[in-house]
Amino acid sequence: MLANLMAWIDKRLPLTDAVNKHAGQYPAPKNFNFWYVFGVLASVVLVNQLLTGVWLTMSYEPSGEGAFASVEYIMRDVDYGWLLRYMHSTGASAFFVVVYMHMFRGMMYGSYQKPRELLWIFGMLIFLVLMAEAFMGYLLPWGNMSYWGAQVIISLFGAIPIIGDDLTLWIRGDYVISGATLNRFFALHVIAMPLVLVVLVFLHILALHEVGSNNPEGTDIKKPKGSVPLEEHSKFTFHEQYTKKYDIVDAIPFHPYYTVKDLVAIVIFLIIFSWVMFFNPEGGGYFMEAPNFEPANGLKTPEHIAPVWYFGPFYTILRVIPDKLLGAVGMFSAIIVLFLLPWFDRGTVKSIKFRCTAHTVNLAQFVICFIALGILGTLPSTPVYNLIGTIATFGYFGFFLALWVYSKNEKTKPVPERVSG
Amino acid sequence: MNKFIRAFTFGIFALVPMLTLAASSGVHLDKAGNDLSDKESLKRGFESYINYCLGCHQLQYQRYNRTFEDLGISEADGIANYMYTGDKVGDHITNTMPAKDAAKWFGNTPPDLTLMARLKPGPDYIYTYLRSFYVDPERPFGVNNTVLKNAGMPHVLQGLQGVRTMDENGKLSEATGGSMTVEEYDAFARDLANFLEYTGEPSKLKREAMGYWVIGFLFIFLIFAYLLKVEYWKDVH
Repeated sequence: MLANLMAWIDKRLPLTDAVNKHAGQYPAPKNFNFWYVFGVLASVVLVNQLLTGVWLTMSYEPSGEGAFASVEYIMRDVDYGWLLRYMHSTGASAFFVVVYMHMFRGMMYGSYQKPRELLWIFGMLIFLVLMAEAFMGYLLPWGNMSYWGAQVIISLFGAIPIIGDDLTLWIRGDYVISGATLNRFFALHVIAMPLVLVVLVFLHILALHEVGSNNPEGTDIKKPKGSVPLEEHSKFTFHEQYTKKYDIVDAIPFHPYYTVKDLVAIVIFLIIFSWVMFFNPEGGGYFMEAPNFEPANGLKTPEHIAPVWYFGPFYTILRVIPDKLLGAVGMFSAIIVLFLLPWFDRGTVKSIKFRCTAHTVNLAQFVICFIALGILGTLPSTPVYNLIGTIATFGYFGFFLALWVYSKNEKTKPVPERVSG
Repeated sequence: MNKFIRAFTFGIFALVPMLTLAASSGVHLDKAGNDLSDKESLKRGFESYINYCLGCHQLQYQRYNRTFEDLGISEADGIANYMYTGDKVGDHITNTMPAKDAAKWFGNTPPDLTLMARLKPGPDYIYTYLRSFYVDPERPFGVNNTVLKNAGMPHVLQGLQGVRTMDENGKLSEATGGSMTVEEYDAFARDLANFLEYTGEPSKLKREAMGYWVIGFLFIFLIFAYLLKVEYWKDVH
């Protein structure tokens, strides 16, 4: 019965073939480590955001008059509404945690290098859309920090010469942030951005499967056809799309091996996620900020406007540059240089394990600067913090510059032919 | 190099808790020591709220019947003894004070208090605030507050607490002339703070209770997920 149904479908749509190609017969390097779980975790969080988002939308009222009260309605009167809302709000922060880890993994093991540049670009587009999605979503509870956070970020566009003022007016749909802004952000948050996000994730995975997964050693598991003796071929069956051009070594099918391994990671992730969501949903004031427990008020500025933690690094770069326009340019450049990472890195060895010591030091200082910028973004601006922020900003951009310099004639360690562990 | 990566991984996880260092507001707050599961305390807080606070401060997101249900008050008892505003038991706990006039009378419209315990640093803030009024002839209502400087609120609980004055070192005197002892008034403030922590998030206890079950389930599931992984990975060499 089921076999007949599958045969019927397969004649009309290559379903079995697609599942085999992307799961059951997809060759994944057998040596993935801890850092390789975050892509799967990002998908888990994406699904969580989409599902809880749909149910929140059922009870949320996108209007300046009703938004704040409707969130409290969800928290009190909707059955398990509080759970849906906390899953969504905790999920927003969790999304950035796993995406930052995922990006760091890519940087550490050179997963952006040739031939994976487009894969990296898709990933960066996902990151960009995710930031827009999170920014717009943060306005929706219509709390006072929602209002003033949006006020600060939208006013950045006003720094652009000539068109700045008209542009901010166009974004807001009003002279101030108002119900009009809320309504358009709602439309973008629940329809436009998620749609783009899902398409980009699809392309990201398609591009990944076209070039194949990297691994912690950065070695290629696809060897030229006929170069590997038969007894060293993998004993597993892989899809002919991969085997017709290459000899595959040191690989295992994604399903069931990585699905069961990722399941363990997902459960551990859900334990941490649940711990936050059930026992500390405000995340110490970083996941939900206190001023957001009063309605948006254009006449009452919160004492200290801080963006949500995940925007911290970029917000600090904006803030330490004294000129408003240059600050905005600096902030956007911080994202653009990440896009261009595959071209800043002129090296051919991928994994940090086999690259020069300078690279290890450089990446370490980059991470320290990034975290420092993130912490500073949540703190008020003082001369000392600004000094640290300025140094960290130089460290951030310095990473890319230094990489471009030393990667040209880098002294690397020999890369093993085959995956060792 | 593997060692380096391990150290790195560890370092990142060690840094994350630094982010959770809460920023303190600077004002010293006394510990309220309230207990959300103490329904008698919540009931007393609710009653005090109705009697002393609701005239000016609404709870516009909180409903009467939800409060009755959560605090273990029967509907008949609730309607008879707790409902002085609202027609129906499903109504929100509101008052009829015109907001615009109130802004003229007090300088600011008295804020809604449903979420005050989440907006301010918790029940400790409310507990300390209610106990920190002192005589200040320069203020319109003759009182000031050490927690919220130049608060617009008159000390409506003065009849209970009595009067406190501030000496030149900024230290407050013991309250005198109130109908309650210091301990009684502290307990009164604790019950109110407890009640407002409840209204801030009525599902808080349910949330935490559910959390233990969910995490408990996940730990058991983790064992099976891990065993499944080990079983499959026997094939991988």
